[in-house]
Amino acid sequence: MNPVPVLHAARLQLSEISKSFPGVRANEDVSLVVAPGEIHALLGENGAGKSTLVKIIYGLQAPDAGEIRFDGQLVTISSPKTARALGIGMVFQQFSLFDALSVIENIAVGLDGAMDRKALAGRVDAILRAYSLPLDLDRAVHTLSVGERQRIEIVRCLLVRPKLLIMDEPTSVLTPQEVERLFAMLRQLAAEGCSILYISHKLGEIKALCSAATILRAGKVVAACDPRVESTRRMAELMIGAELNAVERRDEGRPAGGAVRLAVRGLSLPPVGPFSVPLRDIGFEVRAGEIVGIAGVAGNGQSELLLALSGEVAAPGPEMITLDGRPIGRARAGARRRRGLCAVPEERNGHAAIPDLSLTDNAMLTARHRLALTLAGFLRFATARGYAGRVIARFGVKATGPGALARSLSGGNLQKYIMGREIMQAPGVLVVAQPTWGVDAGAAAAIHRALLDLAASGSAIVVISQDLDELLAVSDRLAVLNEGRLSRAIPTATATAHALGLLMGGVHGEPVPSHAHGTPARVPEPAHAVA
Amino acid sequence: MPLLRLERRREPSRAMQYATPLLAVALTVMAGTVVFGLMGYDGLGAVRQIFVAPLADPQRWPELLVKASPLVLIAIGLSIGFRANVWNIGGEGQYLAGAVAGTAVALATWTREGAWILPVMGLAGILGGMAWAAIPAFLRTRFGVSEILTSLMLTYVAVQGLFFLVRGPWRDPDGFNFPQTRMFNAAQTLPAVSEGSLVHLGIPIAVLVACLAWIVLERTIAGYEVKVVGLAPAAARHGGFSERRTIWLTLLAGGGLAGLAGILEAAGPFGQLTPQFPAGYGYTAIVVAFLGRLHPVGILLAGLVLAVTYVGGELAQTAIGLPQAATGMFQAMLLFFLLATDVLIRFRIVPVRVARARAAA
Amino acid sequence: MTSALLVSFAMTLAMAATPILLASLGELVAEKAGVLNLGVEGMMLIGAVTGFAAATLTGSAYLGCLAAILGGLAASLVFAGLTLGLSSNQVATGLALTIFGVGASSLIGAPFVGKTVARIGPLFPAALAEHPLLRVVFGYDLLVYGALALAAAVGWFLKHTRPGLILRAVGESDTSAHSIGYSVLAVRTAAVAFGGGMAGLAGAYFSLELTPMWADRLTAGRGWIALALVVFASWRPGRLVAGAYLFGAVMTLELHAKAAGFGLLPPEILAMLPYLATIAVLTLISVRPGRVSAAAPACLGKSFSPA
Repeated sequence: MNPVPVLHAARLQLSEISKSFPGVRANEDVSLVVAPGEIHALLGENGAGKSTLVKIIYGLQAPDAGEIRFDGQLVTISSPKTARALGIGMVFQQFSLFDALSVIENIAVGLDGAMDRKALAGRVDAILRAYSLPLDLDRAVHTLSVGERQRIEIVRCLLVRPKLLIMDEPTSVLTPQEVERLFAMLRQLAAEGCSILYISHKLGEIKALCSAATILRAGKVVAACDPRVESTRRMAELMIGAELNAVERRDEGRPAGGAVRLAVRGLSLPPVGPFSVPLRDIGFEVRAGEIVGIAGVAGNGQSELLLALSGEVAAPGPEMITLDGRPIGRARAGARRRRGLCAVPEERNGHAAIPDLSLTDNAMLTARHRLALTLAGFLRFATARGYAGRVIARFGVKATGPGALARSLSGGNLQKYIMGREIMQAPGVLVVAQPTWGVDAGAAAAIHRALLDLAASGSAIVVISQDLDELLAVSDRLAVLNEGRLSRAIPTATATAHALGLLMGGVHGEPVPSHAHGTPARVPEPAHAVA
Repeated sequence: MPLLRLERRREPSRAMQYATPLLAVALTVMAGTVVFGLMGYDGLGAVRQIFVAPLADPQRWPELLVKASPLVLIAIGLSIGFRANVWNIGGEGQYLAGAVAGTAVALATWTREGAWILPVMGLAGILGGMAWAAIPAFLRTRFGVSEILTSLMLTYVAVQGLFFLVRGPWRDPDGFNFPQTRMFNAAQTLPAVSEGSLVHLGIPIAVLVACLAWIVLERTIAGYEVKVVGLAPAAARHGGFSERRTIWLTLLAGGGLAGLAGILEAAGPFGQLTPQFPAGYGYTAIVVAFLGRLHPVGILLAGLVLAVTYVGGELAQTAIGLPQAATGMFQAMLLFFLLATDVLIRFRIVPVRVARARAAA
Repeated sequence: MTSALLVSFAMTLAMAATPILLASLGELVAEKAGVLNLGVEGMMLIGAVTGFAAATLTGSAYLGCLAAILGGLAASLVFAGLTLGLSSNQVATGLALTIFGVGASSLIGAPFVGKTVARIGPLFPAALAEHPLLRVVFGYDLLVYGALALAAAVGWFLKHTRPGLILRAVGESDTSAHSIGYSVLAVRTAAVAFGGGMAGLAGAYFSLELTPMWADRLTAGRGWIALALVVFASWRPGRLVAGAYLFGAVMTLELHAKAAGFGLLPPEILAMLPYLATIAVLTLISVRPGRVSAAAPACLGKSFSPA
């Protein structure tokens, strides 16, 4: 692809950037141009090479080949410090924040030079006012919501008056209302002349926000387009490299009104760790054949709810959780599995699976209760190996065999293995968190299909996810978890992104706006507001 | 620009897991030659005395086994904990507690004879060690107090406790006021494996314990539990294992085996308790556990290697006047080199040129 | 006579507290940067023996102290090389360092056993330092005052300076600090080196002032008590001073009881007191659930290797 000829000097121009890691070509001859004041989308699937590319721009990785020009000058960006000196700021997907430090300390530590605390607070205040971002400077970061944490990152960048701001998947952790507020701010910044490189795989957002897009697939640029005119379907196909294979909503004769398999009543749980969220009076039911989705922004009790349901943390009372009518609130994880409740936590490495053990050993971890993988205290390796092999075969897991270490699998393959390990135990109730987090589209579709099939066979399923699109695609009813409280469940058919966003608590830390009416919108509406 | 660099392997190298302990021994021998040479001793001679002489002389072999058996027993116990990330470093204290508890039985029965006495002493030793290890287990599971510090503090307490007993209430009334207990009688002393041999019953017991530990750790759900808790505590909870239970089990196993080692040593080579009884086996066993890769069979071999340094250290002392402390230096160097070379399990060393070429391929 | 006894008690207390305070201040800084160095006891012993050897050779206790700092520093750099450079397990490496320190100090110290050396001695002129009452304030050597000043300096450094902020940040989240662009390994190496120097100096205080004579393992587990003290102080330098002086009191009690020949408790039981007290305070501080884990630096003891 030849760089589009630019009329005025480009803010950022990458020419034929390549970067390899042992076994992977992360970037291959990537070229792109970002104009001053342009909001430029970098679009691609997980693993397409977006993160590597921006790490190169921000000086965290050195390219193997290629040139970077900034404001027309050829530059070598050897460290984030160099990047910041040039006027490049970056907001990471995984925030680079320090939980135990205060907001102002977090901002100070992100600066390259010492600055008097008072002077710094003054400048930060000015920025917060200019972009109408509320933030309390003296609070410890671990007490803040995800949206507030992101603001710290943004303020850090704005302090150095950036010419280029890189945003890595900034909306994956925000409520729709917070997304609108973020977009307003980004538009204001662009209007002031700052270029923005916006990384995402969410096409709706990109259409709403960006004026140019570069699409990456498998490390290479496959297309450059204007997202305002290009169709969403076309961009998705370019990104995925195949015909779109959306999961069908199944209204295919499901047993309506099946028996209640999982019931949670009045479940309250004190915080399980120093920085965790207490659960307050949670109640819901899941019937046979039904999938209930639990939406919400991370850090509102999702992990705690999963632990309480899986049995890793016992509920205060046995009756708070019942499985097929029997109280299991005090039962441990193993006992719950034996009775038919299986769970898949969000974190694959070190929670759902042990990276340093083989797939056979990982089968032993959660399948031994229901499948008799032990005998009189001894491990039955042959049986476990056979089971691991069947999971690999049925779910198309790419692995050298049951003896492969879990860490040798890619994220998507490991997730397929983990989901398969639980689903093939034919659990009466399955609770899963973030089932397709960091998984490519093909694997995500396969996982969704497997969940729908399991429900069709009469199991009750709970899906806890931050991805609204996913929940809208698979669940029959939806509830929102916010600050440890669960809303009532509403039928998915009547749910709108806007209404769910309001249930999620709107913009964190502020009153919910009064004009809360549901416009059916999966995609955040184009915001016109300029603060 | 360095010429070599470390490149992460996609999977940990199995070959290196076996190779690095040998590499560590080789590096220790080389470094020892240099260090002791620089200190004005005959460096090569010191190394030959410490590492070769004990092996070269078959008459020393029983002595090696006698030294190795307490090291192996304690190290197996500690290794079970280390596998689960339970850092019991108070093996020495548990060893002493076991010796004291077993000796209490011996002193209470010193006028009696009978085949039942030794087993009761052994049982008391195990229980004594377990009781000593139960304190850190309780404090960790009940209050979250780090077992590292408590188990170690209790070692100092145990040493003082032993001193108190042998100087005070347990002093041999017929012992000319020497601070030591009575000698154990024949029924309280470990029999030799064969007539007149140094090799006592404790040695086959250590081998038997290693075999049992191997089966338990590799083939049973309990061994799996210990491994999973150590590798990924959250996954262990997810799999239905209780961390609390694992902490108790591993500390009690470690304490029990150290206690057994203590009473076997008291009823074997010592035949009584004296202020010289605390010889630091509990600390050396930490080196043995790591050198043996926390694996019972590896620990058997590592126990022999460390026994060689003990016996060799004594030989070097008489032959070339090397201070006893040199043994400790060698043992620590061994662990340092092992920890350093272990990087090869996860990384490979490649010339920078090759690394670049491979990345581009 | 009671006042003389009180003065002597107070002075013994301050001197017993000083090495623990020095060593634990060093460890606190290392732990704030996220490194758990269990080798304090070993570094103290290495400091004690290098300090003693240098003081014997040069006749100057102050040069001895300097040598001790360098000795402890060198030992800590071995630890840093292994745990930071080669990502070895911090617990195992710390234990190795302690075993090494015991062996090395005993080997190097073999020719010095039973020998004495010039003490550091009081800082102020005899008129003040030996005054029957004023000596309770003026009767100490430089390190007693120095340790207190250092505690204040470390507290100020961590709370109010930019390098202190960076050090805390590295201990809280190595990945965040790395992605901002700080060298986690460099910051940690510096923190570990400071800890080593302080432990070495603490060791010299035993061999050059408290004992002042060479004996094997003369630190008698005080390095481990220093480690416990950091937990007890919830990683705050101010509380570290209080804790160190509390332990000084326990140890002084032991010494005075021994000297007074109290028949009440045998000396071995008295000698257990500091260790039992350590276990007791660690338990007391942990009674409130989550308190210790909330105060501990989040990355304490974890390996970090830049991607």
